[in-house]
Amino acid sequence: MEKPLTKNIDPERGPLDIRGYERAGGYAGFKKALREMSPQKVQEEVTDANLRGRGGAGFGTGMKWSFVPMGDEAPRTKYLIANADEMEPGTFKDRILMEGDPHLLIEGMIISSYAIQARAAYIFLRWAYKRSEELLRKAIAEAYEAGYLGKNILGSGYDLEMYIHVSAGRYMCGEETGLLNALEGKRATPRAKPPFPQTSGLWGKPSIVQNVETLCNVPGIIVNGADWYKKLSKTGDGGTKIYGVSGRVKRPGAWELPMGTTVREILEEHAGGMRDGYKFKGLLPGGASTDFLVEEHLDTPMDFGSIMKVGSRMGTGTMIILDDKTCPVAMLVNLEKFFAQESCGWCTPCRDGLPWTHKMLMAIENGEGRMEDLEQLELHCNFLGPGRTFCALAPGAVEPLQSALKYFRDDFEKHIKDKQCPWRK
Amino acid sequence: MVTIYIDDKSYEVEKGQNLLQAVLSLGLNLPYFCWHPALGSVGACRQCAVIQYRDEDDKEGNLIMACMQPVQDGMRISIEAAAARKFRASIIEWLMVNHPHDCPVCDEGGECHLQDMTVMTGHNYRKFRFKKRTHRNQYLGPFINHEMNRCIACYRCVRFYRDYAGGKDLQDMASHDYVYFGRSEEGILQSEFSGNLVEVCPTGVFTDKTLKKHYTRKWDLQSAPSVCHHCSLGCNTLVGERYNKAVRILNRYNRRVNGYFMCDRGRFGYEFTNSNKRIRKPIFEGKVEDFDRDSAAAKTSELLKDRSKVIGIGSPRASLEANFALKSMVGEHNFYSGLSARENKLARKILSILRNGPARPASLHDVETADAVFVLGEDLTNTAPMLDLAVKQAIRNKPIDDIQQIHIDRWNDAAIREYLQDEKGPFYLATPSWTKLDEFAAKTYRAAPDDIARLGYAVAHALDESSPAVEGLPDEIKTMAEEIAGALKNARQPVLISGMSMRSEAVIEAAANVARALCRDDRKADIVYTLPECNSMGTAFLGGYDLEKAFEDVENGTADTVIILESDLYRHADKTQVDKFLEKCANLIVVDYLKNRTSEGASAILPAAAFAEGDGTLINNEGRVQRFFQALNPDPILQESWRWIRDIMIKLDDKKAEKWKALDDISDAVLNSLEGINPKIEIAPSANFRINEQKIPRAPMRYSGRTAMYADKSVHEPKPPDDPDSPLSFSMEGFAGPRPSSLISFFWAPGWNSVQSVARYQQEVAGELKGGDPGVRLIEPGDHAKPEYFKTIPDAFKPRQDEFYFVPLYHIFGSEELSNEAEAVSELVPDAYLALNKRSAEKTGVSSRDKVKVSIKDGQISLPVKIMNSLPDNIAGIPVGLPGMNYFELPAFGKIAK
Repeated sequence: MEKPLTKNIDPERGPLDIRGYERAGGYAGFKKALREMSPQKVQEEVTDANLRGRGGAGFGTGMKWSFVPMGDEAPRTKYLIANADEMEPGTFKDRILMEGDPHLLIEGMIISSYAIQARAAYIFLRWAYKRSEELLRKAIAEAYEAGYLGKNILGSGYDLEMYIHVSAGRYMCGEETGLLNALEGKRATPRAKPPFPQTSGLWGKPSIVQNVETLCNVPGIIVNGADWYKKLSKTGDGGTKIYGVSGRVKRPGAWELPMGTTVREILEEHAGGMRDGYKFKGLLPGGASTDFLVEEHLDTPMDFGSIMKVGSRMGTGTMIILDDKTCPVAMLVNLEKFFAQESCGWCTPCRDGLPWTHKMLMAIENGEGRMEDLEQLELHCNFLGPGRTFCALAPGAVEPLQSALKYFRDDFEKHIKDKQCPWRK
Repeated sequence: MVTIYIDDKSYEVEKGQNLLQAVLSLGLNLPYFCWHPALGSVGACRQCAVIQYRDEDDKEGNLIMACMQPVQDGMRISIEAAAARKFRASIIEWLMVNHPHDCPVCDEGGECHLQDMTVMTGHNYRKFRFKKRTHRNQYLGPFINHEMNRCIACYRCVRFYRDYAGGKDLQDMASHDYVYFGRSEEGILQSEFSGNLVEVCPTGVFTDKTLKKHYTRKWDLQSAPSVCHHCSLGCNTLVGERYNKAVRILNRYNRRVNGYFMCDRGRFGYEFTNSNKRIRKPIFEGKVEDFDRDSAAAKTSELLKDRSKVIGIGSPRASLEANFALKSMVGEHNFYSGLSARENKLARKILSILRNGPARPASLHDVETADAVFVLGEDLTNTAPMLDLAVKQAIRNKPIDDIQQIHIDRWNDAAIREYLQDEKGPFYLATPSWTKLDEFAAKTYRAAPDDIARLGYAVAHALDESSPAVEGLPDEIKTMAEEIAGALKNARQPVLISGMSMRSEAVIEAAANVARALCRDDRKADIVYTLPECNSMGTAFLGGYDLEKAFEDVENGTADTVIILESDLYRHADKTQVDKFLEKCANLIVVDYLKNRTSEGASAILPAAAFAEGDGTLINNEGRVQRFFQALNPDPILQESWRWIRDIMIKLDDKKAEKWKALDDISDAVLNSLEGINPKIEIAPSANFRINEQKIPRAPMRYSGRTAMYADKSVHEPKPPDDPDSPLSFSMEGFAGPRPSSLISFFWAPGWNSVQSVARYQQEVAGELKGGDPGVRLIEPGDHAKPEYFKTIPDAFKPRQDEFYFVPLYHIFGSEELSNEAEAVSELVPDAYLALNKRSAEKTGVSSRDKVKVSIKDGQISLPVKIMNSLPDNIAGIPVGLPGMNYFELPAFGKIAK
């Protein structure tokens, strides 16, 4: 099985330097793109490959690029930003890529920048990723030295500067417009769309914000073509995907697998199933901001469309497993505390609604809950949903809550009736 | 126009606006917080949610935020749909999670947008049962009280303060439900427009500290429409009264003048009316007398009998009526405007320039909509603050016009600001020293007034070769002039701003030349001149001799008796001259409301009503004549100056005065006396105006304790006083429906108790007031006028050996006479100083804070040095009007000695 994303990753050896990376076939896509392809052609290839954004929303990458104004009339300054602010709880796939093969990201960024004719590219990096920062800085320096960044790259007349910005570290910075504001040195509050970043992004200029994993897919697509890429997948969404599992499983970790591998296969074959003495109760398929799936969903393929059909989202594709020895209410207390804390405070439902859900959950967990709290929690799940709030933070935050209320309602009610948490004896 | 359907009813609405604005313009109720008509939409609070349907068959619809949705033809929405109502109630419930239950003691209560919106959504019972978050409050200076626990995080404060007004020291900090709106550390708010936070804040976070001193419920205030007395722009205000004291000023919306905002001098300067320097009783020969009006007038008239010659000195801060009464009493040949020769000359020059056109005198609103601005000589932030705010809006117009192709709606505030970043339209600024507007300007020019004038002349010449050319101009100035000319020429609506503050005729003429040059070839241009005081323009209309002539008259004995109306001569003439003049006056009669150096030795001082206690008419810098009304009923011994003069005239058997029974009589007489003015114009409805035979109430409702507050004296409720001067009643009694715009004494509409109710008084949101904006423009030059160019180009500034050239500097808090006596404002008035750049200071051998002796002509003063590096070499700055400062005829050469 081909593993275009992780083929160079060897935790024992550490990441390849630029020579090693090139020897392993690296920078071939970049050279092909700049020497043989027009920016439009690069865009077309990525569109044909049906590469969907790996940050969680699954928006078509080629489609996203197509809204960037091109040609002589377009603003001269455009930006490409790698979203490396991996703050989704339970998610560590971008870190693996950056620490394992930094040149892959850089190559992906150069090709993508070329495709939209960006003049500058930023890596917006989570503050805690110190090792990534170190490795990326080294890799960028190597790329400059090789003439792959800077002025007139490979004699193509194309210029690109690349920078790392180490973020102050907020969940909101992962939201693309919040990220843009943060990168401009402003508060990480989201922006209204339209206008979309493709028209008015970083410093009001056309910009593309793309997840690290998404960008890492680009070199392979360019080298091997869209058809090859589509064939890597088991479903309609192209390529491979890094799936991760955390929780009380035998082998927590992450694996690059064909897109559309089933939840069960990931959980049982790759993660080795539940640890002895623990039973599976449910899972969040793609980070904390996705709806719970339960036993009956285990045979669902992990791709954007299939997970959507069973009422959740693939998100980042990194699952968090809930076992039978962990109180689901306590887990929700923990999650909603995180989301309430990470709300930027811009819109009312998120700013004041999430802390309220956290407080109600805490009361329930502490045996001080009331039956009407459940109604109030449900109202929050509804009114913090998509379109109600300013950005996607709150809708994501209530996804685990609304599904927990559906699948684990008995547990909530037992807390309230018994005035104590059944898991705490 | 497009058709939209709201709850299945069709409405025609203007294109290009957002749905919330359209709904409010239609007079429908839809709650909101983060949107503001002047600040636009950002979609933060989610309060204005409505349901939008795809088509007639769509029964479900989608929840949308009205403020973020452009109106579209055929759009179908529902405000009343249960899903929308429930969501909106929920928003309030969330906002209330942390909002304290302190309405009964909150300063905002009764005028609180949050209260109104809460009632509007129907949210009643709190389900939240946990602890609320609390914040620490900050000391923000003498104007604004801070109570962060009440904050609902609508972000309007920072959007106004930072984005709209360009302030830097108020920020949104922290995040989630702990967002904090304040300063990084406690301290005085640095913006000159901080007072608007009081009105922008939808609840009681930012409240008026000066009102808090006299804590009262808002609905107990009795208010009257007024006009600001603290600069020449004539912003419309509302004066609030309680217990016979003016206790606050609110902005009174007038689209053509001050729109939604006003400056802090205008808002907080009113406290001078409560100053202990007020003259509250007649004083004869230094003795305070308990006279009634009649005996005070009789006693004063005694002083005027058998006098060889009585002269009257009027005032640019007194009403037209007061000045006119004095002029009528002493006769045209004995009337002095109260201005020095130079002030008179400059004010009249401005009037004649405006009258000759063809550039139109621009209103504040015109400046806001301009797309290129050239300022000659004015430090607007300090001489005409609201022009500063208008210019800050104007510089956004060109870039916004330029981005129409990317289709970001103008009201989409955050998106526009993001796209434009720091891009600014053409704005050029020439002043002798740094001003707060510098950072917004494309280019600034630091020079002596004459060189500023030369730049103006050069710009005019670059625009039209037939205007006089400037000889010997350095290349860089020539290039700058060409750049400015190019920018102005390419503008859709260029505006020139200059004024009297540099006290330079050349600067004023240069600005006129630029405007005239721009108007050639059928282009249009607007022009604004600032003047020093609230009725300086009125003084220019009324005429009167120079102060210097009055001094001569007394000196040579032709006059022995002087009546001084509302004026401190020490602010208009050199100290030694005034000292000599006052000493020589056999009889000095002063009619004023504040004690000052001029009135100290007067034979008679009559207590005049200040603006809140009387009515009158002013003409602003634009030539707009506006009426201010009495808000409170002072002790009967205080009356308008014109009434004192009338009473004295009657005692002296002057028949003219007998006709002046009330304001209308004298006001008509004033208009009839003004040359070139149609005497039939209606400044405001006359005193006998009634709607349904009813007067117009000053108070929104029956004030608390009306029957009880005087019960210790009498159990009979006193009859509200009569008002012979206006159709306003001194109570809540009267016609409760729509009133003429010039008689708006409070903004209130059913369900809208806060100032947000102004929308109900407008023809459309942010539009003209119903019935037209108040005030009448007296100057409308024809487009086709082609006056000659001014030709007296001054020589370039030449420094003199061992001398400095002194130019005037201004302070919003400190340079204006009345507001200096306001308690809160006075806290911010700086000490007098002498400004020099570092090089000049070193050359003179002085450093910061050293005391130096300044001699300009005959005048001398000792001042501490302040280093101001933006001043050019050989130029020194003298702050005008600060307490302890003497008057100097500036600009002028003088000496500095250690």
